Amino acid sequence: MLIKRGGDIKGGEITDQALYLNRRAFMVGAAALALAPGSARAAAPPATGQPLPAPRNKAFDLPDAVTKFQDATTYNNFYEFGVNKDDPYQHAGSLRPRPWKVQVDGLVQKPKTFDIDDVLKMAPLEERVYRMRCVEGWSMVIPWTGFPLSALLKRVEPTGAAKYVEFVTLMDAEQFPAQRRGLFNLGGLDWPYTEGLRLDEAMHPLTLLTMGMYGQVLPNQNGAPLRVVVPWKYGFKSAKSIVRIRLTAEEPKTAWNKVAPQEYGFYSNVNPKVDHPRWSQATERRIGEFRRRETLMFNGYADQVASLYSGMDLKKYY
Amino acid sequence: MTRRGRLILKVVVWAACLAPLAVLGWRAWNGDLTANPISFITNWLGDWTLRILLTSLAMTPLRVLFRWSWPVTLRRLLGLFAFFYASLHFCVWLVLDHFFAWREMGADIVKRPYITIGMTALTLMIPLAATSTAGAIRRLGGARWQWLHRLVYVIGVCGVLHYLWLAKKANPAPKYYAAVLVLLLGIRVWDWTRRRVARLSAATRPSPAGGERKTLSP
Repeated sequence: MLIKRGGDIKGGEITDQALYLNRRAFMVGAAALALAPGSARAAAPPATGQPLPAPRNKAFDLPDAVTKFQDATTYNNFYEFGVNKDDPYQHAGSLRPRPWKVQVDGLVQKPKTFDIDDVLKMAPLEERVYRMRCVEGWSMVIPWTGFPLSALLKRVEPTGAAKYVEFVTLMDAEQFPAQRRGLFNLGGLDWPYTEGLRLDEAMHPLTLLTMGMYGQVLPNQNGAPLRVVVPWKYGFKSAKSIVRIRLTAEEPKTAWNKVAPQEYGFYSNVNPKVDHPRWSQATERRIGEFRRRETLMFNGYADQVASLYSGMDLKKYY
Repeated sequence: MTRRGRLILKVVVWAACLAPLAVLGWRAWNGDLTANPISFITNWLGDWTLRILLTSLAMTPLRVLFRWSWPVTLRRLLGLFAFFYASLHFCVWLVLDHFFAWREMGADIVKRPYITIGMTALTLMIPLAATSTAGAIRRLGGARWQWLHRLVYVIGVCGVLHYLWLAKKANPAPKYYAAVLVLLLGIRVWDWTRRRVARLSAATRPSPAGGERKTLSP
């Protein structure tokens, strides 16, 4: 029996590893920069697989070993590409993450449609290592690159009436093969995929607007070119390949809640004491490890986020 | 079918039923079990349990539809292979997934309907496997043995429900298995009804004198 184990990769090595894997692209980029300093900024926007260097924010470092890049990019839930774990990796090529625009509107003073390249320059990029807990009972530890979502939201100036934020994923059956309607239409979600957060959750410093992972531009199967990462919630809350961010007064409808309301609540905070109706959430399998480990309250971020839910019955608001 | 033909058929079925295990072994050897090997192995063995179980349930419909006699001779072999894969599936859950955490597993069996029904299916397979020999048929008597082995329908339903209840709603795969099961059981119901109607009408065929139409209606 072969059980893959994650190596004890020390934090600082990861970015270097990614750069190492992409050393050709990196050298070409460096050469282009050296030869044509004037045009370097406009030319060659970062595409999938290219390095996206950013300083590591050590405040978020974890004692846990980082998941192997190979595992984090070949074992994914991204139903727009298919229901199997390897579908996103197999079909990732059909998604075109450039050019890309994201519309930010709703209850805001200054609605605007941003180009992805402008988003990348909006705030200083940083790298953060977060735990990622899937509602299915497995987890990873991933170094993400981005900046707090609050930086983007502050730009559009939410009005006083704004209470929630809705995220909408790209809807395009050409790029997302599983959005095509099947013969019997037995599977799939109600496209486009939508997710949502309360405004205070969206403004929380942990909520990361994410453009990269492992020191490189976000791979398509991980939600290129732009996603959110909300580390204290189950993975499906972290919407991928976002084309629209809308501020609302009403709680937005979310994709999984629509297919199984009793199973996937709006909050979906990681909580070992509140089971999924069909399985326990008390333990999880960390990808790369053999024995199950205990699931932590709010995925280990209780100190930072528990106050958001003080006085709430978390069994009721699951 | 000739003796030789029957032998070849058995060899082919043995090879086909062992192939999934061989492929799994090959993938394990190559480290090709995805990032979550335990989950992959569990699902692989579960998938093949259901496929072989449904294949065993397809043998009688083949006889009904095409009047072939040979499929029925494969039922025992296919049933035993389904039990074999179900047992492996269970062992992976016991050893690799939960590593003998009895309390946790006991709670799951009681609390989680998909596990309860999966355990039911596996448990019901045990008496069928135990009475799969010619000697057992003799000891039980043909009629009682046949009655006992109708449990396979319950096992089929439990197995498909197990998959339906554990999979996420957006996953169409378990619905295909359910459709196949409904088809296979439906053919039996249709055949049974057809034969019963034929028997009834034979028994109540009006006498040449005629006039007894009332007795026709059941």
